[in-house]
Amino acid sequence: MFNINYTFHWNQAFRALPDMLEGALITLQIAVLSMLIGIVVGVLLALAKEARFAPLRWFANTWIEIARNTPALFQVYMIYFGIPAVLQLAASLFGIDFRALGINIFYLDSYWAVLVGIAFNNAGYLAETFRGGLRAVPPTQTRAARSLGFNAVDSFRLIVLPQMFRAVFHPMTNQMVWAILMTSIGIFVGLNTDLTGITQELNARTFRTFEFFALAAAIYYVIAKIVTGGARLIAWRLFRY
Amino acid sequence: MLGTSVTWGDVTFMMTGAGLTLAITFWAMLGGTLMGMVFGLIRAQSPWYVNHPLGAVLDILRSVPLLIQFILFNSFQSIAGLGMNPFVVGCVVLAAYTSAFCTEIVRGGILAVPATTRKAARSLGMTYWQDMRYVVLPLGTRVMLPSWIGLTLGVMKDTALVYAIGVIELLRSSQIIITRKPHEALIILAIAGLIYFIVSFPVSRLGAHLEKKWREND
Repeated sequence: MFNINYTFHWNQAFRALPDMLEGALITLQIAVLSMLIGIVVGVLLALAKEARFAPLRWFANTWIEIARNTPALFQVYMIYFGIPAVLQLAASLFGIDFRALGINIFYLDSYWAVLVGIAFNNAGYLAETFRGGLRAVPPTQTRAARSLGFNAVDSFRLIVLPQMFRAVFHPMTNQMVWAILMTSIGIFVGLNTDLTGITQELNARTFRTFEFFALAAAIYYVIAKIVTGGARLIAWRLFRY
Repeated sequence: MLGTSVTWGDVTFMMTGAGLTLAITFWAMLGGTLMGMVFGLIRAQSPWYVNHPLGAVLDILRSVPLLIQFILFNSFQSIAGLGMNPFVVGCVVLAAYTSAFCTEIVRGGILAVPATTRKAARSLGMTYWQDMRYVVLPLGTRVMLPSWIGLTLGVMKDTALVYAIGVIELLRSSQIIITRKPHEALIILAIAGLIYFIVSFPVSRLGAHLEKKWREND
């Protein structure tokens, strides 16, 4: 069936393993940072979506719907091409001298584009997760806390948040794995320090596409498994009664 | 158009890309759903020595970036001399990826039907397939359809990654225009985003509506 005229050179790939693992660290770094930003912004968006002040609701809705209804790659593009374009517009309209502020308005570093783009995406998805989590905590809990003398902030922080956290922990680990896998799209904006970027550079030098990317796939798989396994361990430690 | 140098030709070019996006989504969903139904049935009712290996293989598809899967399969097919064009490679990989998610949806739907209901159906004299057709399918669909709609939208967004193997779909076509007219990046991207949004948003609303409606009747 197959007529394979190709000799696999796995040694070459394994020799590059240290470089690729270094790239995996950058991948993890982007994923973790984008998750941290995503969690904070996601909670704020979830609260804003329930706000009484209408513009706040619109803002949150727009963010969430864009994040959920367009590809993550589109969002990274939007940051990568969009932020410089907005800055250029601001420079020409308002005459702001960005160069004096040390900002290059013609180019955004791809690392930041990927980090911000994925954080934007995470925040949108996590906001919906958190909203579901908030719903899972009955309002009577807040009322009980308030009648026991907790103030509004404390009753949210000490009573509602921990219960919500339990409900959203599993979807959050999924989002974390998702974030790790998403960082691979950095290659489209020229990121060459993460796992996919380094693999692509090695590939461009050696043309051993299959071997290098197979190894990269294995590394991604192991990272994803470590994260889900670790999360299960943490969940077992935190959430047993 | 709108006082920019973006021409109708550019927009038409992007619409062609959007057509390709939808075509890939269609074939990937068709293949993925068929495979997912078979695998889901197997996973819901087979002994562990079938269930676990199948689950592990499908888990690999979900734990490796789709982008890498495209590149890997593309280089594999050129090594093996299959001579597939990039469009077919995109559809095949995306269908396999979709099947991994669809399997879990189908399995969840089947397992969501209470065992007692199915036993009741069997003791009324229904055959296995009658039980599947008249009991499990209608009840399971309520659980499965909202997630399946969500999966369809996810797959449509994931088609953006076939870019890596050289298929000119919506996002790739807008990127090509951006390299020609970099100062119009924002408006070109806005058009692309709008096209994605126009397709995705009504469908996601439909999914949310179905989910809500069916939950009320429970």
